[in-house]
Amino acid sequence: MNSIESVNTNQYVLFKLENESYGIEIEYVKTIEKITNITRVPNTKPYVKGVINLRGEVIPVIDLRERFGLSITDYNNETRVIIVSIKDFVIGLIVDSSSEVIHLNDNEVDNPPTIGETNTVEFIKGIGKKDGNLIMLLNLKKVL
Amino acid sequence: MDISQYLDIFIDESKEHLHNLNGSLLSLEKNPDDKELINEIFRVAHTLKGMSGTMGFNKIANLTHEMENLLDAIRNDRLAINTDIIDLLFKCFDALEEYINIIATEGEEGEQDNRDLIIKLNSVLNNNEGCRSETSIKTEQADNLKNLSQYAINIVKKAQEKGLNAYTIDITLREDCMLKAARAFIVFNTLEKYGEIIYSKPSVEDIEDENFDLSFSITILSKNDKNTILDELNKINDIEMIEMRKLENMNSMSNDKIIDETNNIHNKIQKRTEKKTKKKNNIVGKTVRVDIDRLDNLMNLVSELIIIKTRMEEVGGRSENHNMNEAIEYLERITTSIHDAVMKVRMVPIDRVFNRFPRMVRDLSKELGKDIKLIMSGEETEVDRTVIDEIGDPLIHLIRNSIDHGIESPKERLKIGKKEFGSLYLRAYPDGNNVVIEVEDDGKGIDLEKVKRKAVDKKLITEEIAHNMSKEEIISLLFKAGFSTAEQISDVSGRGVGLDVVKNKIESIGGNIEVETAKGKGTKFTIRIPLTLAIIQALLIKLQDEIYALPLSSIKEITTIKSQTIRKVQNHEVVLFRNKTLPIIRLGQVLGIEKTDKIDKNEELITVIAKKGDKEAGLIVDKLIGQQEIVIKSLGKYLSGTRYIAGATILGDGSISLILDINSLF
Repeated sequence: MNSIESVNTNQYVLFKLENESYGIEIEYVKTIEKITNITRVPNTKPYVKGVINLRGEVIPVIDLRERFGLSITDYNNETRVIIVSIKDFVIGLIVDSSSEVIHLNDNEVDNPPTIGETNTVEFIKGIGKKDGNLIMLLNLKKVL
Repeated sequence: MDISQYLDIFIDESKEHLHNLNGSLLSLEKNPDDKELINEIFRVAHTLKGMSGTMGFNKIANLTHEMENLLDAIRNDRLAINTDIIDLLFKCFDALEEYINIIATEGEEGEQDNRDLIIKLNSVLNNNEGCRSETSIKTEQADNLKNLSQYAINIVKKAQEKGLNAYTIDITLREDCMLKAARAFIVFNTLEKYGEIIYSKPSVEDIEDENFDLSFSITILSKNDKNTILDELNKINDIEMIEMRKLENMNSMSNDKIIDETNNIHNKIQKRTEKKTKKKNNIVGKTVRVDIDRLDNLMNLVSELIIIKTRMEEVGGRSENHNMNEAIEYLERITTSIHDAVMKVRMVPIDRVFNRFPRMVRDLSKELGKDIKLIMSGEETEVDRTVIDEIGDPLIHLIRNSIDHGIESPKERLKIGKKEFGSLYLRAYPDGNNVVIEVEDDGKGIDLEKVKRKAVDKKLITEEIAHNMSKEEIISLLFKAGFSTAEQISDVSGRGVGLDVVKNKIESIGGNIEVETAKGKGTKFTIRIPLTLAIIQALLIKLQDEIYALPLSSIKEITTIKSQTIRKVQNHEVVLFRNKTLPIIRLGQVLGIEKTDKIDKNEELITVIAKKGDKEAGLIVDKLIGQQEIVIKSLGKYLSGTRYIAGATILGDGSISLILDINSLF
């Protein structure tokens, strides 16, 4: 890989919600954790599930399914919390599962669809194509 | 060179220097003759000039340079200090402070223009210096001491009549001296500290151009004696020989024979090789400047330790193992000590806040034509940094209040038989886990009748209620939002305007404020604030399965209330408790925990009576867990501003419990 190519290559953390693949730029991701005890915080938006104790740090977590208006399922062994940090915000995103990190070159990313059927469209800033799969790339700022 | 890495240090140090400068200026105003203060101010200006020059902040460098010129003239007695000059120096200080603040926020010097200040500095200097520079030019032109012009002789004569001494100093530099001109310049500079150079041979220009051999001679006027000057010159390196003669009694001398050889004292002193090291009294302790973030980090780690300690205690409580319990006790002792130590590191003297008040009082009393003496005590009292940052604004407000509305004008004071000057006391002292700050004036006090009338006018209370109000109740009216007793709201402040803001601010950092006032005698505000905001005592309670922490500082007592005694007044639940109506807040409902509507008339409800200032409310909880030391953690920016929640803490088992913000509940 030459240097010019590497500038245009972005790494994404992949995760799944209702069998769809999503991606977040890796520079925003601090860690990926298994789901732990969540303390409910009253008087917040419904998708804010509460706060977790991440090695002494108090971190708010939001349920991405609820954020996107998808059906709500119970958490299981596969459920992961992706801890993202953007500007001064450190937040955990609850997702169905998360396992890999992929490279996407610029030519593998399309603009988001202008017409969408789901509520998720406004949170998407691009569509990644890799090995015949479509990956929705999140616009984190919109999500939070 | 990349100087940005030094920016923080520059700002910190500049602020420190400005702090000193402020203090020196204020003392100078009181003792204008104190040369030491002028020297101190000069030193600060000089240091700032050097620092800002290095950092490329040329505007600061220019301004301080001009200040230096003026100060130099003052300390060399070429200029007498007066109030105009002190005012001007204060303005320069303001300008410098502004520059530094802009640098601190923007990293750049900013655009404000202080040319008028520089012009003023110069004009003050030139008005007094004009004639002097003329004479010095003339004297410099005289080519030989023995042929000193009549003019120069006259200067010497006049100086001697005033009790000044005139000396001629011949200096010979070492042969291996590298920079002759620079060395000579240092000699000139040193001598200028002690008096006025009226003549040099060769001329200053020639010396600057290194147009001389190894020796030169200088004539100076000084009020210091010979040995002082000689001592000082001896500290300069690279001088082979100093010869110093006193010019005696000019009046009795003819033009041809100025120097009375018999009186000449030749001082041929070999330059001492070893330098006399000045012993400085090192009263300042050894200190290290530490970034606050690192301290915060340390504090967090200690908090973790305390949390783990609590957990160990829980585990240990169940265990039968003697060794284990012993180890846990040991751990407990150590964590408490570490906690104390770290807290101490974060403590700063309240002087940091107090130091801005002398200047403020000075300016305000000038502006309002009042004579006010500010008496501060307990500046060394230490408070956590987080508290320091918050307490400044409320204090400014209270002090302004006292000066503007409390203390009468000198005329009024004399008329009613008080001392002409008003006294404003600002005291701080530690009191257990709190720090108490008092702002007291000996002014006219708060007119309670007027307060009542205003409250009725503003329809805060009815005529009838007003009639039956106690003194305390009337005073509490002052803290109601938007309340003012000032007939006209001045631009300084109105007694009462914004006191609610003061109160809120103080309560937000877990403190409280009380007022005492006596008509015609004065008013005293007493503020009580916690030493630190990071670790507090809390009461843990349970609402169904959720555990919440209530800050102990806002809890008055715990009691039980029979549910049948609860009445509804305008849809609010209240209960008659010790002959007072106590509003009831069902915490479970407020915090969105569903509660079954099983109404058991005989149910005993556990009630935590919380206080907020004078107000009280009963909080209904499901279960009490107990008192515990908790570490306050922020909920993070995303959840900041969540209603009723002040933060979170981590319990011994690693779970999170939320801290309730009692102030926002009622």
